[in-house]
Amino acid sequence: MSSYLNISLSALLMASASIAFSAPGLAASKASIRQNADVDPRGQVLSLSCAGCHGTDGKSAGIIPSFYGKSPEYIESALRDFKAGERASTVMMRHAKGYTDDEIHLIAQYFGTVWGKNK
Amino acid sequence: MSTNISRRDFNRLFATGVAGAALGMFGTSGAAFAAGYRVVVIGGGFGGAATAKYLKKLDPSLSVTLVEPKAAYVTCPFSNWVLGGLRTMKQITQTYATLARRYGIHVVPDTVVGIDTEKGTVKLKGGRVLGYDRLVVSPGIDFKWSAIDGYSEALAESKMPHAYQAGPQTLLLQKQLHAMKNGGTVLICPPGNPFRCPPGPYERASLIAYYLKQHKPKSRVIILDPKDKFSKQGLFNKGWKRLYPEMVEWRGPAAGGKVLSVDGGAMSVRTDLGELRGDVINIIPPQKAGLIAFTAGLTDDSGWCPVNPTSFESTIHKNVHVIGDACKAGAMPKSGFAASSQGKVAAAAIIRLLRGKEPVAPSLVNTCYSLIGKEYGVSVAGVYQLAPSGIVEIPGSGGLTPIDASDDQLMQEAMFAESWYTNIVRDIWA
Ligand SMILES: Cc1cc2nc3c(=O)[nH]c(=O)nc-3n(C[C@H](O)[C@H](O)[C@H](O)COP(=O)(O)OP(=O)(O)OC[C@H]3O[C@@H](n4cnc5c(N)ncnc54)[C@H](O)[C@@H]3O)c2cc1C
Ligand code: HEC
Repeated sequence: MSSYLNISLSALLMASASIAFSAPGLAASKASIRQNADVDPRGQVLSLSCAGCHGTDGKSAGIIPSFYGKSPEYIESALRDFKAGERASTVMMRHAKGYTDDEIHLIAQYFGTVWGKNK
Repeated sequence: MSTNISRRDFNRLFATGVAGAALGMFGTSGAAFAAGYRVVVIGGGFGGAATAKYLKKLDPSLSVTLVEPKAAYVTCPFSNWVLGGLRTMKQITQTYATLARRYGIHVVPDTVVGIDTEKGTVKLKGGRVLGYDRLVVSPGIDFKWSAIDGYSEALAESKMPHAYQAGPQTLLLQKQLHAMKNGGTVLICPPGNPFRCPPGPYERASLIAYYLKQHKPKSRVIILDPKDKFSKQGLFNKGWKRLYPEMVEWRGPAAGGKVLSVDGGAMSVRTDLGELRGDVINIIPPQKAGLIAFTAGLTDDSGWCPVNPTSFESTIHKNVHVIGDACKAGAMPKSGFAASSQGKVAAAAIIRLLRGKEPVAPSLVNTCYSLIGKEYGVSVAGVYQLAPSGIVEIPGSGGLTPIDASDDQLMQEAMFAESWYTNIVRDIWA
């Protein structure tokens, strides 16, 4: 990330020589702060599909269980148990088997980041 | 690396004045520099609407425009439930109000008629031209009308609905089922692979039988299939035997399953083994990518769109991403779940690409639930990754509901199917 920022910055500085800035668009840039440093991009990509069944960010409106707000430790051990077949499931074992233990860790950490529960 | 900011991006950024604000932030935060980039999404179905929502959710600074002609989108998922009498059309209709209000997506009710991939613009039927930095194309399918002799769009709209794009077609098929006499014959004629929702025709046969069993129990459902095998075949066969013995019959190519031509006047189809009459005839024609994909030159000889599986960027045109039914996604089936999963991968990739970063390795998922009876659900699941040959299913993952699943499990799957629908449409349209 830092190398990209450097480039943006130098590009901006170069351009600033010839262009006078006004400062609208603050709202837009403030919003983009949310999408920042501690979101692991691979963790994110691994996790986005869970919402197809569990609802956005794991917030389910139906009988499929919600996991919104649960600790990363809880999510990680649940996924590992499903994967190992140690916890009964209709479909979760078939899904959990698609991820390595490291990926399961990344998924759990990602959701922790989403609800700010990581240490 | 500095080529990541092209001259065009540069000009545009300074023209919009966003760069000034971004500059001010560098001192205090690690916020990235994607503010104001324009992404246009074509099509507000499972793929397009999911992409638009997740683009804004993951990076609210983007300017996202969703072009979709229909004010109300009727989902194909659960349209078979409507035929079974288990849902109303209203319950499977989605709108774009929340995407506009809550996520700030510019929803434009229009149709894209042309894409200028050199200039980076799309032209709308209504005359407007929209510029983009990245374009997402999710137009779904079109039908190969001439594949079956005698079939046509006009015949689909009058006598032999496909009901494979939900809406008026679903209603027509439902109306015909309601009007049919007890003891009538329903013919369901699916196409060969690949096509949208591989288990769709068989779930349809099940839920039509569910309706008939209650209201017209002397009737029959015959599936005429050009394929030797079909999705979840063992599970469907078992379910039909248990719930609809004598009512549902599947005929493969050797048993006269291949439909060669249809006759709207006689309400009949012709196969290798001769003529067959139906009181209700559901023809599901072979398919290809939606029209705009052809107009824009995004398709290859197969009639579908080749893409880079990491970002879903077209391998034909730069800065254009094709997702959903229209794209070639390796081992993934053409489903709403798959389209939304692809849309999210594309959204995350686009955000990184706009910031000059490489997209990360994709992770893709699909699950298709099918309802065989009201308390009898089955599913097929898949988790996919990138291999040298493209998108492949991860060995050992996914698969079917066990063939010996208990009644309790089948009932749970039926309830989870219902919950899946509720959650996925909220994840995409709310
Ligand atoms: C009977 C049936 C049952 C199904 N059941 C399931 C299921 O249970 N689970 C599942 O996951 N999938 C299911 N599917 C499959 C699912 O419907 C599709 O795979 C999914 O809709 C594909 O999404 P898409 O975004 O590619 O296309 P679509 O959802 O078809 O969306 C395309 C949109 O693009 C718009 N459009 C097209 N051209 C243009 C243009 N030029 N300009 C602007 N807009 C345009 C169209 O109006 C349309 O709204 C089922 C399908 C059928 C037919
Ligand atoms: C096809 C739908 C589907 C998908 C996709 C899916 N789940 Fe599940 N999940 C379920 C169902 C259904 C259950 C209940 C157990 C069962 O029957 O499989 C469940 C259970 C769980 C539980 C246990 C909840 C609790 O209260 O203990 C967790 C945690 C979970 N899933 C996490 C995930 C994560 C993380 C993902 C994405 C990597 C995911 N699920 C993807 C359907 C799904």
